[in-house]
Amino acid sequence: MSASTPVGTPVTITVNGEAMTALVEPRTSLADFLRETGLTGTHVGCEHGVCGACTVMVDGVTARGCLTLAVQCDGGEVETIEGATEAGRLKDLQDNFVEKNSLQCGFCTPGMVLTADELLRQNPSPTREEIREHMSGNYCRCTGYQAIVDAVELTAKQRRGGSLR
Amino acid sequence: MKPRSFEYIRATSLDDVFVVLDKHDDDAKILAGGQSLVPAMNMRFAAPEILIDIADVDALKGIALNGDVLTIGAMNRHVDVLNSADVATHAPLISAAMPNIAHATIRNRGTFGGSLCNADPASELPACAIAANARFNIQSSAGARRVAAAEFFEGTYATCMEANEVLVSVDVPIAKPTTHVYFDELARRKGDYAMAGLAAQADIKGGKFTSANFVYFAVSEMAAYSKALSQMLVGSKIAKVDVDAVCAALGDDIIPFEDLTTSGAAKAHMMNVLTRRALAAFQEASA
Repeated sequence: MSASTPVGTPVTITVNGEAMTALVEPRTSLADFLRETGLTGTHVGCEHGVCGACTVMVDGVTARGCLTLAVQCDGGEVETIEGATEAGRLKDLQDNFVEKNSLQCGFCTPGMVLTADELLRQNPSPTREEIREHMSGNYCRCTGYQAIVDAVELTAKQRRGGSLR
Repeated sequence: MKPRSFEYIRATSLDDVFVVLDKHDDDAKILAGGQSLVPAMNMRFAAPEILIDIADVDALKGIALNGDVLTIGAMNRHVDVLNSADVATHAPLISAAMPNIAHATIRNRGTFGGSLCNADPASELPACAIAANARFNIQSSAGARRVAAAEFFEGTYATCMEANEVLVSVDVPIAKPTTHVYFDELARRKGDYAMAGLAAQADIKGGKFTSANFVYFAVSEMAAYSKALSQMLVGSKIAKVDVDAVCAALGDDIIPFEDLTTSGAAKAHMMNVLTRRALAAFQEASA
């Protein structure tokens, strides 16, 4: 087994396809680790897992950046909103968020988009109820959610080859 | 809200874990999914000096059929238990409960064993384990022991586990053709902690109850098994069940407490609603 002192331990995490080696305190959250490298698209909200603003991809699935320690990701792969955007797979969702006015301050938006993308990969034709259920772990204080559900529903239809106007 | 400093140890075997737990006792805590422990540490409700990460310990993984039980490893992520065909077939009560646990993202990291050991009174799995007559496989450097679910939970966030013990897996007796399950919880919003919940598993043979395990959660300090309901229902015909009498018996048997959001009276009403729905579901399923 490997042990690290409270002061600092070396970790290597592949972030957005690039191996990053750094010295981190065990108590540093993945969200804080990412933000300190300049990837500030991951937001810190409640720091206890309920708001979803810190959502990132860890080893291919969504995870709470505030509840994941950076040291837990040693040897693993992390993708942030920046990386997912650059990879291009969120473009339709992001365009629809703009189209449907699904964001105002934007604080919840990276988490919303990553979570919605995971839903659509698991369930290509969710009902509005299923969208709301899946997104229930992401809080928005600005929009009232309706427009977010609209954008996810529209994206689902477009990905299936139709369109809803 | 950042946690206090701690040392982090990544275990690769159960022996690694035992060494650390034996040496450090209460100062060391196991880190499984972290979805309950890390929030507590972020809020400084918990401040262990050492965290032992068990994510790489193979002995804690896997879901396997072992004769008449389904053995679920403690380190299984909730999402894997949710998606497991074996759990759906052989442990249907647990399968029914899984979508109610927190939210999808939490289920990607949170673990089956972690939730059980956390023993939150509003959580789903303890109630399911009791209703399904599950047995818990616990190990330490001193050896192994098995504890029935009904004896595992001792109170709010309290289990029978010693500081140097590890929950390795849970054996769930597999469902038979006569097994019927009902699970539901009432919450203000999807994914919220339940205001009241019911995990019920019954054996119905020839229209008669041969077992009836009704376990209520989020209504008292720990999941509450209704002895009265079991006594009342076992041996009786499902078609002849007096639902009002059952609810009256429940009201005398389990008196719910009040929590931050919901009064005892409201919880009692919700327990009745859930019980009626369960009995209706059992009636329909066994007709």
